[in-house]
Amino acid sequence: MALKKDYEDIPGTLVFDADRGREGYHLNQFCISLRLQGNRDAFNADEGAYLDRYPMTAEQRQAVVDRDWNRLLELGGNIYYTSKLGANDGITFQQLAGLMTGMGNEAYRKMMVDGGRPPDGNRYQHEWDDKGEN
Amino acid sequence: MARITAGVGCSHVPAIGVAMDLGKTDEPYWAPCFAGFEKSREWIKDARPDVVFLVYNDHCTVFDASFIPTFALGCAAEFAPADEGWGPRPVPVVRNHQVMASHVAQSLILDEFDMTIMNEMEVDHGLTVPLSLMFGDLGVDDEWPCLVIPLCVNVVQYPAPTGNRCYNLGKAIRRAVESFDEDLKVVIFGTGGMSHQLQYKRAGLINKEWDTQFMDRLTSDPVGLSQTPHVEYLREAGSEGVELVMWHIMRGALDDEVDEVHRHYHVPASNTAVGHIILANREYPGVAK
Repeated sequence: MALKKDYEDIPGTLVFDADRGREGYHLNQFCISLRLQGNRDAFNADEGAYLDRYPMTAEQRQAVVDRDWNRLLELGGNIYYTSKLGANDGITFQQLAGLMTGMGNEAYRKMMVDGGRPPDGNRYQHEWDDKGEN
Repeated sequence: MARITAGVGCSHVPAIGVAMDLGKTDEPYWAPCFAGFEKSREWIKDARPDVVFLVYNDHCTVFDASFIPTFALGCAAEFAPADEGWGPRPVPVVRNHQVMASHVAQSLILDEFDMTIMNEMEVDHGLTVPLSLMFGDLGVDDEWPCLVIPLCVNVVQYPAPTGNRCYNLGKAIRRAVESFDEDLKVVIFGTGGMSHQLQYKRAGLINKEWDTQFMDRLTSDPVGLSQTPHVEYLREAGSEGVELVMWHIMRGALDDEVDEVHRHYHVPASNTAVGHIILANREYPGVAK
């Protein structure tokens, strides 16, 4: 019997569960390799050759090349891993959030200083559907 | 015998470590975050723990996707701060009470909590940021004022261990500590949280009301609080808010009745609500002032 995923109706949220961990394995292992300077140097010298070392899917590879931060998560990436690719590019966690939310850095930073994104209206997918967000 | 005297709950936001390491703590953005730890630093000087038992999560630093233990106990002699992609934090090497750690490992496993034993391990911001918050600025040539036994909990890949499991692990840690012969004072830290979501389109979620009830119930209803289902953390406190299960390990290791000594809450540190609490066992009035 399938496990019940009672967290799938949370809007704008991809829970990194065992299925996502399986799908994203090689993508995440690529990302975490960039924790080390030697690997960052090799990646930055020749992205294509470095990516050849990791048997990720063509879609995952393209999302890396495109730095498509949300797509990386949709394809099994996890933020603690993809943030290493961000760090390699000089992008902080908070700047990544500005990109993933589509708000941009300044608006996102201001939202956080003003107390963050409120839970009201952001708990269930139907609340976003009603607002026309996805 | 060794005794657990108090518990500390504390966020471990990496940007807090960066702010300390770059000398930014007096800047208007950071000052209110750090102000709430001034009392804590005085308190822990008086509490004088010999050992800190520090519950945290590794952020894919030691355990990448290839290896994900639910519970891993640090049994090495020492733990160097890790390079997380921007160089190791300039803080002291963390030294273990290695004899006590191996005693705890053996006790926990016989108590049916199956630990992964780490005889080599670096430690990331999850461990060093709470130490910095509680003990202040210390450089690479300094020493932390106590020994540290690290316990890593998987909260990165869902599911984290349940709150109930964590609470009961806290009780087993207490039994392990109290069966250790040396006369030692132990303070247990539960770290991570509070509400935050770092990823995808809902990033930036903060839920002060939910965080507040969480801290309230650590004293008034710890057992009930430990029954909180994972989906409630994810929905109410954000996808990374599930780190708060680690606070239940800290709480489970304390007496049923505790006194809240200090509390601090601040939004934001980068993407996160910073929460901090000190709970003291009542048989240690010197600690609970």
